[in-house]
Amino acid sequence: MNSNPQSSGKELTMVEAINLALRHAMTEDETVILLGEDVGIDGGVFRVTDGLINDFGAERVRDTPLSEALIGGLPVGLSAMGFRPVAEIQFMGFIYPIIDQLVNHASRLRTRTRGRLSCPLVIRAPFGGGIGAPEHHSESMEALFAHIPGIRVVIPSSPAKAYGLLLASIRDPDPVVFLEPKRLYRSERESVFDNGDALPLDQAFVLRSGADVTLISWGAMLTETLAAADLLAQESVSAEVIDVASVKFLDFETILGSVRKTGRCVIIHEAPLTGGLGGEIAARIADEGLMHLLAPIARIAGWDVVMPLPRLESHYLPSPNRIVAAVRRAMDYC
Amino acid sequence: MSIVAKFQIECFSCIDADGHAVAELPEFALDRDVLIELYRWMVLTRAFDERAITLQRTGRLGTYASSLGQEAVGVGLAHAMLAEDVLLPSFREHGAQLVRGVTAGEILQFWGGDERGSDFSGPRSDFPVSIPVASQAAHAVGAALAFKLSKAQRVAVAVLGDGATSKGDFYESLNIAGAWNLPVVFVVANNQWAISVPRADQTAAATLAQKAVAAGITGLQVDGNDVVVVRKAVSDALEQARNGSRPCLIEALTYRLSDHTTVDDASRYRDDEEVSAHWQAEPIARLRKHLIAVHGWTKEEESDLVELCAAEVDESADAYLAESPQPPETIFDYTYASLPQSLVKQRGELLALLKDADNGTEHEQ
Repeated sequence: MNSNPQSSGKELTMVEAINLALRHAMTEDETVILLGEDVGIDGGVFRVTDGLINDFGAERVRDTPLSEALIGGLPVGLSAMGFRPVAEIQFMGFIYPIIDQLVNHASRLRTRTRGRLSCPLVIRAPFGGGIGAPEHHSESMEALFAHIPGIRVVIPSSPAKAYGLLLASIRDPDPVVFLEPKRLYRSERESVFDNGDALPLDQAFVLRSGADVTLISWGAMLTETLAAADLLAQESVSAEVIDVASVKFLDFETILGSVRKTGRCVIIHEAPLTGGLGGEIAARIADEGLMHLLAPIARIAGWDVVMPLPRLESHYLPSPNRIVAAVRRAMDYC
Repeated sequence: MSIVAKFQIECFSCIDADGHAVAELPEFALDRDVLIELYRWMVLTRAFDERAITLQRTGRLGTYASSLGQEAVGVGLAHAMLAEDVLLPSFREHGAQLVRGVTAGEILQFWGGDERGSDFSGPRSDFPVSIPVASQAAHAVGAALAFKLSKAQRVAVAVLGDGATSKGDFYESLNIAGAWNLPVVFVVANNQWAISVPRADQTAAATLAQKAVAAGITGLQVDGNDVVVVRKAVSDALEQARNGSRPCLIEALTYRLSDHTTVDDASRYRDDEEVSAHWQAEPIARLRKHLIAVHGWTKEEESDLVELCAAEVDESADAYLAESPQPPETIFDYTYASLPQSLVKQRGELLALLKDADNGTEHEQ
């Protein structure tokens, strides 16, 4: 892809939108450095960084050796010395070695030096199931990262969101884990304006207004959630759909505002149920919005099983029907 | 069959355990004042370690890792560095930190459980100690990449222990330092023990320095109890790194005369005889012998210097003990550049708890 940075309002895939955001960030700030496995001449295994090495050079678009611990650790030193690294982990399945660096260093360098040193870095990784990928390529482990104090975790749900949220993440003065739902990489196009406008972090987005039930989700699962909302509309159930976008920090103002209005809530995520962020959202709604609830909070999530290989993965992923059934139970409750 | 690679590891020393020069000394080591300066830093480091342990034993400092016996490594390497270089220490480099300009009070503050101790007033770009072993090697190559990209004549110096050389992040960092030709120097303070596991049980490699060979970078050994050769080797490595971005690994052979930390009891796993034998080679006595023999170092000079170091440590310890704790709500204030909304709420809850506690105290009075 060779988008002109000046172009605007192009219909782009998420892959192209991320590429455009990276291009914009690198143009506006020469301290932005890309690094990762095969991000250079190959343009990344998903072609997210396609063409960037040609325009910004091998100094700023750096192919690393196969060194995931390093892809987590090197940006700590690089960012503490004034650069803004954007590191790519090829698939979430290979991200776990960097948790050491995230928990022990990136997340805490600012606080342990009382602000003397800090880590304005971004770790990008494609994640999630639904594309029939090989083993270790389909998990949704965002909750592992959301549990780490000192970082942010952001998940875009569309090309325009990816553009605006990635720009915000790169400009943010603290570490951000930016998880890209690879099922959405090329599944839809959206008009993206390359105007450099970032979307706010720590903020949820209301994708669809409704009065009877609040459906809360993020990333690729919003596809099923919006499909469920369509099905519910046929039953005259009006669903409000919230795209959490920032799974850390969660925007409870938007979530609670919606639940106060609808009185019913279903949280949908692809990640396994136990310890998933649905629990955190449900607890917080119970804490601050219990008296507004007309029905128990429901969670529709991946089962607590090892992510199946492609032949059975459709049985793992929450479906629109599961969501609709949960909403019907909530509607019947009161 | 053909031989496709061969290597050898050189080991350097300048002054032996008896204080005798065993090689031609570098120019700085012919200068009495420079030697006294190096000697003073080592004596100060030992006095500092002793005081820190006393403070810990009397409940006024947290768990502490002494550098007893390893003073030459930290002092030698830091003395070779330029102010604009960056030190990425492990947790036993108090000597290096002192030479770099971290104050004794700051080091005590950190080990006393106060984050302000890592907000160094001196070397603002130096990293705080890294307790997760070898993780700082990755930061060092990151810092080195920053220097290379910005064409700054600066070098990152990571200090690791022998235990670190068994870790993956150590290898990954060495590897990329070579692949990207980064201005970084790795100093491995081989004190022969990874807590209770002796050097021989950690690896079958004959030296730790040769691990650099696999990464395609220079690896060499020095007598780590000889501050002169440590300073010389690090100085040479820094020059190479500064001028050609060529990375280097220096294995400094030393010995941990102390327990691993104040919560360790080394008698559980090593013999007193071994420790006693290593006392014969420790770094401070040998430089003193050299100063006496070659530079007419007098008893008066010795006692004056020891007294001055003790007074300096006394002053720092007193200042540390007089320091008021940080306000509790500061635990929130540096987690992010600006406080996220979720934390505004939690911070408020803490403040309310503190207010309640204050009111309770007043009520009781």
